[in-house]
Amino acid sequence: MSILVTKDTRVVVQGITGQAGAFHTEKMLEYGTKVVAGVTPGKAGATVHGVPVFGSVQRAVEATGADASVIFVPAAFAYDAMLEAIEVKLPLIVTITEGIPAWDLIRVRRYLEGRPTRLIGPNCPGLTAPEACKLGIIPGYIHRRGGIGVLSRSGTLTYDAVWQLSQAGLGQSTCVGIGGDAVLGSSFTGLLRLFQDDPETEAIVLIGEIGGTEEEEAAAVIKAHVTKPTFAFIAGRMAPKEKRMGHAGAIVSGGRGTAAEKMETLAAAGVTVIDSPAAIGQTVKQTLLRRGVLQK
Amino acid sequence: MKLHEFQAKRLLARYGIPVPRGVTASTPAQARAAYAALKRLCRASKTFACNVKAQIHAGGRGKAGGVLVASSAAQAGAQASTLLGKPLVTHQTGPEGLPVRRVLLDERIGVTRELYLALTVERYTARPLILASRQGGVDIEAVAAKTPQAIAREPVDPCVGLAAFQIRRVQEALAIPEPLGPAFHATLKGVYTCWTSCDASLIEINPLVETGDGRLLALDAKVVLDDNGLFRHPELAAWRDRGQEHPIEFRAGRIGISYVGLDGNIGCLVNGAGLAMATNDIIKLAGGSPANFLDVGGGANVEQVTKAFAIILADRRVRAILVNIFGGIMRCDWVAQGLLNATQSLRVQAPIVVRLAGTNVEEGRRLLTGTGLPITTADDLADAARRVVGLATR
Repeated sequence: MSILVTKDTRVVVQGITGQAGAFHTEKMLEYGTKVVAGVTPGKAGATVHGVPVFGSVQRAVEATGADASVIFVPAAFAYDAMLEAIEVKLPLIVTITEGIPAWDLIRVRRYLEGRPTRLIGPNCPGLTAPEACKLGIIPGYIHRRGGIGVLSRSGTLTYDAVWQLSQAGLGQSTCVGIGGDAVLGSSFTGLLRLFQDDPETEAIVLIGEIGGTEEEEAAAVIKAHVTKPTFAFIAGRMAPKEKRMGHAGAIVSGGRGTAAEKMETLAAAGVTVIDSPAAIGQTVKQTLLRRGVLQK
Repeated sequence: MKLHEFQAKRLLARYGIPVPRGVTASTPAQARAAYAALKRLCRASKTFACNVKAQIHAGGRGKAGGVLVASSAAQAGAQASTLLGKPLVTHQTGPEGLPVRRVLLDERIGVTRELYLALTVERYTARPLILASRQGGVDIEAVAAKTPQAIAREPVDPCVGLAAFQIRRVQEALAIPEPLGPAFHATLKGVYTCWTSCDASLIEINPLVETGDGRLLALDAKVVLDDNGLFRHPELAAWRDRGQEHPIEFRAGRIGISYVGLDGNIGCLVNGAGLAMATNDIIKLAGGSPANFLDVGGGANVEQVTKAFAIILADRRVRAILVNIFGGIMRCDWVAQGLLNATQSLRVQAPIVVRLAGTNVEEGRRLLTGTGLPITTADDLADAARRVVGLATR
C-alpha cells in the first residue's frame, strides 16, 4: 500500500482554470490520477481537459465524491481556498502554491485542529504513489513502484533523489514533498508514523534542509517509533547564517537550525546520514543489501 | 524584509508602544538641525545630550562604535559625519560591513532595568510565541545558549489572541512592578497587534527598559516583516532600503531569482532551492568553494537562464561555473539554449560544467555538444563537482 492516497483517490483541483492548475491537471490525468473535478469561483460549468469545473469545493464534492484536493490558487487567495476545503472535511489537501504569508498558515493550522483533514504543503511539489496516483507537480517518469518511502522539504532535490533511487532499482511506495515554508501543514513526524505502519514501505529516505526543527522532531519520532531502516540527507551545510536560501523556511536563525546540528541529531537517532547529494541512491541500495532487506 | 531601528520604532509607536523621541538625519547639516529639533521636542533646558545611532540592518552597533553621544548641535554634526557614508562592521555584518546612510538622534534615557521582549513564530507548533527575559540589553543568543531557563516562552492561540492572563504571566516572568502593569499590558498587546496586522515574522524589543522616572520604553527595536505578506502592506513594502542589501541579491530578487553571495570562486546555476543548496554542499565536498547560491526558479525559461548567467558573471571572482538542472517542469533543452545565448551575448570566458538530468535531457546535451564554447557536460552531479573544482583551481 501507499500512504495518503490510492489509485481510487478522487481528486478536485482548486484553481484548475489557472495556467499552472490546467497544465498539471493534464499531467495528473496522464499519470492515471482520477481528477474528477475542478473549482474556480465564478467559472462553474466550464471544463478543463474534460474535467468539470464547479464554483465551490462543496458543489464539487457533492457532484463527484472527491476526497482529496490539490490547490494551485494564487498566494493571496490560498488561505480561503484551504479553509473552504477543510470546512467540507476533505481528508487530504495538498497546497502547491508558493508565497503564502506565514500568518495565513498559522491560522489554517489552528483551523485544522480537531478536524479530520490532513494538509500537505504549502510551497511543495505534492506527492506521488507510483503507478497509482499523483497529486501535484512531481514529474511522473522519475518514479517506479517499490518499497522506499520518501519525505522531503524540497522540490527538484527530491526529484533528483527519487531518480537516483529508481536508477538503482529501488522503487518507491510514496513520495511526499512537505514544502519549503517556515510553517507547514504537515511535518515529517506524522508521515514517518504512516510509513512505519505501511506494509509496503521497507525503508525511509528523508530529505531535510537548514532552518526550523523539522529534522530534530523527526529524529525523536524515529528513535521512539520507527524500526525500518531510515536514511537522511540535509541540504545547506554551506549556507551562511541569517540568510534565506530560496525557501522561506531555509534559514539558520539565532544560531539554530544548522545542517551540522540536524545531521548529528539524526545520526544519534540511528538514521544513516548521507554526506553527498549524489550518493543517495547508491547508499540506500548498498545499506539495504548489507542488512539483507534487499536481495541481490 | 528587515526594517531599520527608526522604522521599527515608528511602526511600534503606531501601536501604542512608547519609544524614545528621535529625529533622523542623512547629512551632518541635517544632524545639527535634528539636534535642535530634538532638544525642542524634549523641552530640554540648556544642556541636552542625545545619542547618534547609525542605522544599518544589523545588531551589535554599540560595541562596533556605531552609537555616539552629542551634547551640542555642532557635536551632533561632527558625530554624524564620523558615521555617515562609511561602512559599519559589527559581529553580525561580515567583514565588509553595511553602509551608514542615515543616523537616528535619540533622546538619552535614565534606565533602571533592561529587559528582553520578542514575538516570533514557533514553526513546528505554528503558534505566535512570546519570548521574555530579565536579561535585556545583551545578546539574547548568548543567554539562550548559557541559561535557556532565563527565557520565558508564552505561545499564543492565534484564534483567541493574546489573553490578559498571559500578559500577567509574562509580567511576572519579567518581574515588572505592579504600578507598571497597565503600561506593560498596553505594550505587549501592542506588540501582538502589530505582529499580526503587519505580517511581521519578528518583533524584538531589546532592551525594553524601566526608566528612572517610572516608565516603560522600547529603547531599541528590531522588526522583520514576512516577505510573503508584503503584498498586503504596500506602505511598509516601500520602506525597503535596498542600500542595505547585497546589490547582486537585490538585482536577482527583482527578476524572480534567489541569489546569495558566498565566499568562493565557483559560480552555480541551479533550479530549485534544495538542489541549489545541495550543489553548494557537493562543491565543498569535492574540495572547492562556491561563489554563490542561485535558484533560477522551478518554471524558468530561456530568458530567465540568460539573466541568471549575467548575474553570476557580475561576480568577478568566478573562475568556473557549474550548471545543475533537474528538468521536471523545466526542460533541459531550454536551459541549454539559455546557456548558449548567454555565452554568446555575454562573451563568457570562464569554463562551464553542465549537469543535466530529466525532461528532454538528450536534446539538451545535443545542443551543447561541438559548440566550440568552453562547455563540458558531466554524467552525474559528483562527476560535475569534481570537474568544476578541477577547472576552478587550475
